[in-house]
Amino acid sequence: MNKETRLSLQSPSEQWYDDEGLEGHDITLRVRDLDLFYGEAQALRGVNIDFADRLVTAIIGPSGCGKSTLLRCFNRMNDVVGGCSTRGEILLGNQDILGSEIDVAELRRRVGMVFQKPNPFPKSVYENVAYGLRIRGIRKRRQLDERVEWALRAASLWDEVKGRLGEPAFGLSGGQQQRLVIARAIAVEPEVILLDEPCSALDPISTLKVEELINELKQRYTIIIVTHNMQQAARVSDRTAFMYLGELIEYGDTDQVFTNPRVKRTEDYITGRYG
Amino acid sequence: MESPSRNWWRSGAPWISLHGTAVAACILLAGGLLALIMVRGLAFFWPTQVQEIIYLEPDGVESRIVGQIHGVEHVDSGRLADEGSDAGTVIERVLVKTGNRDIAGQDFRLLRGDRILRQSAPLSLVALERLEWGVFFGQVVGLRSYGSLLPSSDVWADFQSMIGRARYLREEARELERGPIADINYRLEQLRLEERERELDGDPDPVAAAAAASERRALQERYRGLESQLLAIEEQLNRDHVIVRISRDASNDREMPLRSIIDAWRPNDMSLLSRFGHFFRKFGSFITDEPREANTEGGIYPALFGTVLMVLLMTVFVAPLGVVAGVYLTEYARQGLLTRFVRISVNNLAGVPSIVYGVFGLGFFVYTVGGGIDRLFYEEALPSPTFGTGGLLWASLTLALLTLPVVIVTTEEGLARIPRSLREASLALGATRWETLWRTVLPMASPAIMTGLILSIARAAGEVAPLMLVGVVKLAPSVPLDGNFPYLHLERKFMHLGFHIYDVGFQSPNIEAARPLVYATAFLLVAVIVLLNLAAIHVRNNLRERFRGVEV
Repeated sequence: MNKETRLSLQSPSEQWYDDEGLEGHDITLRVRDLDLFYGEAQALRGVNIDFADRLVTAIIGPSGCGKSTLLRCFNRMNDVVGGCSTRGEILLGNQDILGSEIDVAELRRRVGMVFQKPNPFPKSVYENVAYGLRIRGIRKRRQLDERVEWALRAASLWDEVKGRLGEPAFGLSGGQQQRLVIARAIAVEPEVILLDEPCSALDPISTLKVEELINELKQRYTIIIVTHNMQQAARVSDRTAFMYLGELIEYGDTDQVFTNPRVKRTEDYITGRYG
Repeated sequence: MESPSRNWWRSGAPWISLHGTAVAACILLAGGLLALIMVRGLAFFWPTQVQEIIYLEPDGVESRIVGQIHGVEHVDSGRLADEGSDAGTVIERVLVKTGNRDIAGQDFRLLRGDRILRQSAPLSLVALERLEWGVFFGQVVGLRSYGSLLPSSDVWADFQSMIGRARYLREEARELERGPIADINYRLEQLRLEERERELDGDPDPVAAAAAASERRALQERYRGLESQLLAIEEQLNRDHVIVRISRDASNDREMPLRSIIDAWRPNDMSLLSRFGHFFRKFGSFITDEPREANTEGGIYPALFGTVLMVLLMTVFVAPLGVVAGVYLTEYARQGLLTRFVRISVNNLAGVPSIVYGVFGLGFFVYTVGGGIDRLFYEEALPSPTFGTGGLLWASLTLALLTLPVVIVTTEEGLARIPRSLREASLALGATRWETLWRTVLPMASPAIMTGLILSIARAAGEVAPLMLVGVVKLAPSVPLDGNFPYLHLERKFMHLGFHIYDVGFQSPNIEAARPLVYATAFLLVAVIVLLNLAAIHVRNNLRERFRGVEV
């Protein structure tokens, strides 16, 4: 779908969709006319958005605008909540992941997720990272060792924990725990990584480390991050999507969205007039 | 400005002290009960001094009474009017355990304190524990072997070694009876059943019949050999006699066969250390011996064993069942009207009186299921039932049913407390719900599940009423675990400490003598429950330690 058709569907003063910045990148996730209902209440309204490989996309918006809900559609985490129904399509590659025939476990392996609060398992550091690998049926010790080390290195945590892999993960600091959770997510080699306000429970220094990590990870993955922190969105993301009341209002390059928003609502939100 | 008393009232201090008092009262009650049971129960094993009392009988004759003082009570003399006293004064009455039931016809005597003329504790007085007739108090004056008096410089030492010999021989005879002879009987019974089975099948296999007949002959041959060994031991056992003195002179001397004497001690002539030794020895034999004399003497080993085995078996049944049910209700069942109804029913099940479970167990497990099993698999043993009568299996299952609600409810609570973030973490890594449950949720809920099991163990170990209907007996011929295949005999009836308390305390012919035994048994039952609980709590705490730090 190109820009013209999209803009013709939607009133240009209300919404702005710019996908020039996606050129030269593979599109990994395509969302088409997505509606989502919790029972009777509609949480997402006709969302259309593409996410590109090796870019960090930030989704911003006031509380309750549906940004986390949208994120949780990409790995079908909304299934866990009862009474949730969807309309429309989300294509991962060529596959509609909202279909009932999809293997949700396999999808979640391809689309990893990191949550707001660090949630390591009550196991050792090693076992936390090996969890997803074991689920995938990797049993050989050497193979596990290699992958665990690789994932911890990729999450820039290896140097800090290499001496205490056998110790409980709860012994780590909050920031280390969050990076451990990221290591756990990338250990299974997903294509997309979803980050749901990953730094909201962290102190500034830990936040900085996680942001650096996000920058490194984008060399390899499609990263979608939901954040409340506008400075963070400006710092880490290449693309920014602004959502309001379940609708996608503006989508464009981060520089453009933050310096020259095309929609009035976006501007109001960014400049702190509401939200 | 508010008055100080109003401030005090508003601060909640009076309520706090009220709560504190309530807790203190509970602890006091529970602690007092435990202390009472423990003191009374353990006193039974302590070698109390034996007193020689010179007593003025109501008819004016002085008599000599030997025994242990068991208690002192104060009564108004008016209650003793038949003994010719006036009302209005308080008299002391002393309960003396005189033993020697075979001679005096009774174990205890109540003496009036004001008629006791003299009281002493001669060192030579002996207490004998016997196979029959209870304890004996008196003096040992001589020993007889092969019918002739044994010249002895130290009668006591020789007596002790004779007791040791008798004990050894008795043990040997017992081992013969319990070991090879019991095995032969077991095998003979099996041969009989096999034969009956062939008969029922209408399959007269001559080869098998001949083999059975020859095996039976061989077994009977071996049995005769063992029987003669047993007889030889019996003869040896009858060799020695001890001459005991009851009165002050030799006029009432008696001979007792050594075979009936289990132990002898001189309670007035023991150092503190040997008293403790005696105490622990008696306590040990109480735990390891079998009961004698309609359970009023000897040990309680079979009851102890039966209780523990039954509780363990119950745990084996209830744990998987309750956990699976709890998991289904919280994790998989659609939360609707039906699940709510099931949940209410489960909770109400916990309030059903235990005797109802007993009746259900008898009707369903014993008669229906057990009877069915008998008709299908144990036809050869009919009309005597195998599983169609109370037994270990049915008792454990009945108790498992009784404690099932507790396990289900605690499992559900434990699962509900696992934070959603951890489930989501597992799901987000590509685990299915089942893998999430199995690898993350259940291990984390295991301390809660253990709590449920602890509660159910505590309840099951103390339960008696339903057991009386589904398998507990006053005296079981053998414990349900032995060396004969299949080793664990689930169909056997068994003994139980709780029922033992009831039986000894309220059904025995000699209640006064059995009372300390009731305390001791109660103490042991409490100890067993505490031990089982401690073991489970230990396991739970280890599990908790593993999941420490999770925000639950």
